[in-house]
Amino acid sequence: MDRRKFLKITGLSLAGLTIQPAFRLFSKPEQKRWAMVINLDACSKKDGCRDCIDACHRVHNVPDLANPKDEVKWIWNAPFERVFGGQGYTTLNEVLKNRSVLVLCNHCENPPCVKVCPTKATWKREDGIVMMDYHRCIGCRYCMAACPYGARSFNWKDPRPSINEINMDFPTRMKGVVEKCNFCEERLAKNLLPACVEACEEKGLIFGDLNATDSDVRKILKSKFSILRKPHLGTEPKIYYIL
Amino acid sequence: MHDTVKVITGITIFLILILFPLWYNGLTGKAAYVPELKVPVTEKQCVESTPYMKTRHMELLDKWKEVAVRQGVRTYVAKDGKIHTIGLTGTCIKCHSDKEGFCDKCHNYAGVKPYCWDCHNYPRVTAK
Repeated sequence: MDRRKFLKITGLSLAGLTIQPAFRLFSKPEQKRWAMVINLDACSKKDGCRDCIDACHRVHNVPDLANPKDEVKWIWNAPFERVFGGQGYTTLNEVLKNRSVLVLCNHCENPPCVKVCPTKATWKREDGIVMMDYHRCIGCRYCMAACPYGARSFNWKDPRPSINEINMDFPTRMKGVVEKCNFCEERLAKNLLPACVEACEEKGLIFGDLNATDSDVRKILKSKFSILRKPHLGTEPKIYYIL
Repeated sequence: MHDTVKVITGITIFLILILFPLWYNGLTGKAAYVPELKVPVTEKQCVESTPYMKTRHMELLDKWKEVAVRQGVRTYVAKDGKIHTIGLTGTCIKCHSDKEGFCDKCHNYAGVKPYCWDCHNYPRVTAK
């Protein structure tokens, strides 16, 4: 092979590297990437507020189990240390440190729970939502072990007796499956906002499409500094917290 | 043949025992019925035709489960062109609201226990 031929082959190969980016640039412009911004300031305005939690659990037939060992929760308040501990925010002012933070499934871009599920009962949809298929879940709880945020709950017993009022428009789950927040995908299919976002009277939860440059979430993320949970793990969560 | 009487008696008793289901039902008529289903009064036409639904409703529900949950597609176009929303409680039970009078009649007769109802709601399922 002479030098000219070598240079021609190298040039063609480098040009070939542009194929994939060009493809991504020109395909599926309307692909959504759902995300949520939680405004911690707005969230703490009402003491002991549970509007979003009650709305979510009511709409989705989440059982109300008293024993914390059995409890099933899709969205809940956790102490600041539990949520952001170990990430170097120790010098934050005391008020913030004593607050509880609203947490839910982060619908990660790189979800470890999806990686480990042996039946693919949980998978990442094209719009970024990490979805659960309760038909396929075998209850092995590997996803619960993999989730670094503790966002998933297991049904240790039949949830139906413990549901306060069954919402007929959404199924319940049965004993032996793992469940978690689904970003209200059934409401999104009808162009409604998630139940928690709608229920928040302080407008503390902002939901939208990261791919749409004019969406509410993009606007907020451009103007305010946001923090994520455990960003060093590489899961790329899509719940952003602004202070 | 040795012990002819004993052998013939033995075979006869065996036949009586083994054919018990046939002659018992023939005499008492307990299992010789077709389940009477309480057909819904609001709609006359199901998603697909009655013979199709009789033999293949399980296939249809399986396809719905696949399409709705795993592909996020919630509409189904029936053979006659009508569009239906996919949903066991939302669509099927909306008309067949009497689960005991319709679904359970055939399922109990055939000894089938579909576990769909463990999760999918139907009228009269109470929380407490």
